[in-house]
Amino acid sequence: MTILVIAEHDNAELKAATLNTVAAAAKIGGDIHVLVAGSGAQAVADQAAKVAGVSAVLLADAPQLADSLAENVAEQVIAVAGNYSHILFPATASGKNVAPRVAAKLDVAQISDIIAVESADVFQRPIYAGNAIATVECADAKKVITVRTTAFDAVAAEGGSAAVQNVEAVADSGLSSFVGRDVAKSDRPELTAASIIVSGGRGMGSAENFKILDPLADKLGAALGASRAAVDAGYAPNDWQVGQTGKIVAPQLYVAIGISGAIQHLAGMKDSKVIVAINKDAEAPIFGVADYGLVADLFTAVPELVGAL
Amino acid sequence: MKVLVPVKRVVDYNVKVRVKSDQTGVDIANVKMSMNPFDEIAVEEATRLKEKGVATEVVAVSCGVTQCQETLRTAMAIGADRAALVQTDAELQPLAVAKLLKAVTEKEQAQLVILGKQAIDDDANQTGQMLAALLGWPQATFASKIEIEGDSAKVTREVDGGLETISVKLPAIITTDLRLNEPRYVTLPNIMKAKKKQLDTFTPEDLGVDVTPRIKTLKVSEPPARKAGITVPDVATLVDKLKNEAKVI
Repeated sequence: MTILVIAEHDNAELKAATLNTVAAAAKIGGDIHVLVAGSGAQAVADQAAKVAGVSAVLLADAPQLADSLAENVAEQVIAVAGNYSHILFPATASGKNVAPRVAAKLDVAQISDIIAVESADVFQRPIYAGNAIATVECADAKKVITVRTTAFDAVAAEGGSAAVQNVEAVADSGLSSFVGRDVAKSDRPELTAASIIVSGGRGMGSAENFKILDPLADKLGAALGASRAAVDAGYAPNDWQVGQTGKIVAPQLYVAIGISGAIQHLAGMKDSKVIVAINKDAEAPIFGVADYGLVADLFTAVPELVGAL
Repeated sequence: MKVLVPVKRVVDYNVKVRVKSDQTGVDIANVKMSMNPFDEIAVEEATRLKEKGVATEVVAVSCGVTQCQETLRTAMAIGADRAALVQTDAELQPLAVAKLLKAVTEKEQAQLVILGKQAIDDDANQTGQMLAALLGWPQATFASKIEIEGDSAKVTREVDGGLETISVKLPAIITTDLRLNEPRYVTLPNIMKAKKKQLDTFTPEDLGVDVTPRIKTLKVSEPPARKAGITVPDVATLVDKLKNEAKVI
C-alpha cells in the first residue's frame, strides 16, 4: 500500500498543511510519497523530501502548474495516480478545489474532511457543521481524501531523506488561465496555523471598531479571525472567516469577542484547546462552549485586557 | 446562453440536528427543510445574469425525493424560468449527483452551470468540481464575483489568504461562495407565478445513470461535548486563569 500526498505550497515554501496531511497518511500506514506540482518549485520538493515519514517526492515542474489551476493539477495527479491506494489532499481551498476533480475522473468517491482514520478504508468525518460525526467506509479501489488539518498533529518537517524524482508535467488544458491574486500581506501568523486567535463578531459594530482587536492580537502574537456576520457586514475581510463554510481552526487559545456563537461559527472553532468568550449578552450560545466566559461590554473589556497582559 | 442551476433540499440552516439514538443518521423527520443557502446564491446569480441579458434562460434542477419540487418552486420564485427534478428515493452521493447533472446539462445544452460550493448537510464540497471533471469543462469554485466576457468568464475566487481571479472558457462550472450576492426576498406574486412554471420530472433510469452509493455510512454519532466552562467576574481574573490555570499565555 502506497499513499500519495498532494503538497500544499506557493512554489517557494512547503505549507504546514502538508505536514498534517502526511500525519493522516501515516495513520493509514504504508509508504508515503508526496507530489509537488508547481513551477520553479525545486525548493519545495527539497523541503518535502526532508519531511519525516516521506519515502519519495515526485516533482512536476512547469509554467502551467504555477498557479494551481484545478484543470492542470488534477490531470497531473491522475498522470501519476497509477498504483497508489490512497490520494490525500489537505482540505484547504486548493485541495478542496482539485480533489473532487481527480476523484470524478477516476470514477471513485471522495471522502471529504476526514478527522480520524480507523483503518485503511474506514474514516470519520464531520457532517451538519460538526453536529454529527459520520464513520464511513469506502470500497472504491482508490481512496481520494481531503484531510482536516486541525485534526492531525503535524509530522516533523525535518528528519526525512527521501529522493526527489522529476516526473513529466502534463500539458496545459487551455481551459482556464490565471489572472491575478489579491492576497493580504500581514505580519500576523496565518489563521489556520496560529496558536492563538482573536476573533471578532457582529458585536464589534463597525470595521473601525474592529481595529481595537489589533493591540490585543499584537500582545498575544495572535492571528485575527471573524465570524461570518462580521465578514458579511464588511467589518473584516473574507479570508478571516472562521466557521462551517470558512476556515476550520483549532488553536491553543481562541478569544471570541462580540461573537454570539451560531452553530456555523462553533463548527469552525470548537476544537480549540481553550476558548474565551467576551460578550455583553449572558445568554449568548458562545458561553456554552467557552472555558472562560466574561459577560462585559467588549469596548471596555478589550482595552482593559490589553492593559493587563 | 442557457444557465443550469442545481439546487439541493437540505435541513434548514437554523435547525440544530439530532443524532438518532440507533446511530444510523440524524433525525430529519418533521424538521424544516430549505434550499441549501449556497444554491440560493447560485439561483440569484443566474437570475441576475438573465436580467442583464447575458443569460437567455435559467433552468433549476434538483435530484432527490418528490418534496424537492418545493425547492424547485422556490428557485422559480427567485427567477428560474423552469425546472427539472430527477426523482429518486435512493441515497444520492456527490459522484452520483454529478453524473445525473452531467446528463441533464447535456440534455439541456447548457453553457454555464452555477451551483453552491457545498451543501450544509453533508458538507462535502464536491459536486461542482466532479461535474466539471465529468463534462471536461473548466471550473471556477468559491466565486465571489462573476463577469461574463464573450466566450469566457472572469471569476474572482475566495481562497486561503485572500482572493484570486481566474478566467475560464465557456462552457464552464462556477460554484458560489457567500459573498457573491445577497439573494432577493421572494415575493408572494412571484411565488404564485412560480406555481405555474414548467417542472419536468425524470428518474435516474431515464438518464441512464447508476446512482449506487460508493460510501457506506457505518454509524453517525454525537461529537464529543466540551466540558462546561466558568464565568469569570472581571478581566483580572480572566488573565489570571489563562496564565495560571490554562497556561496558554
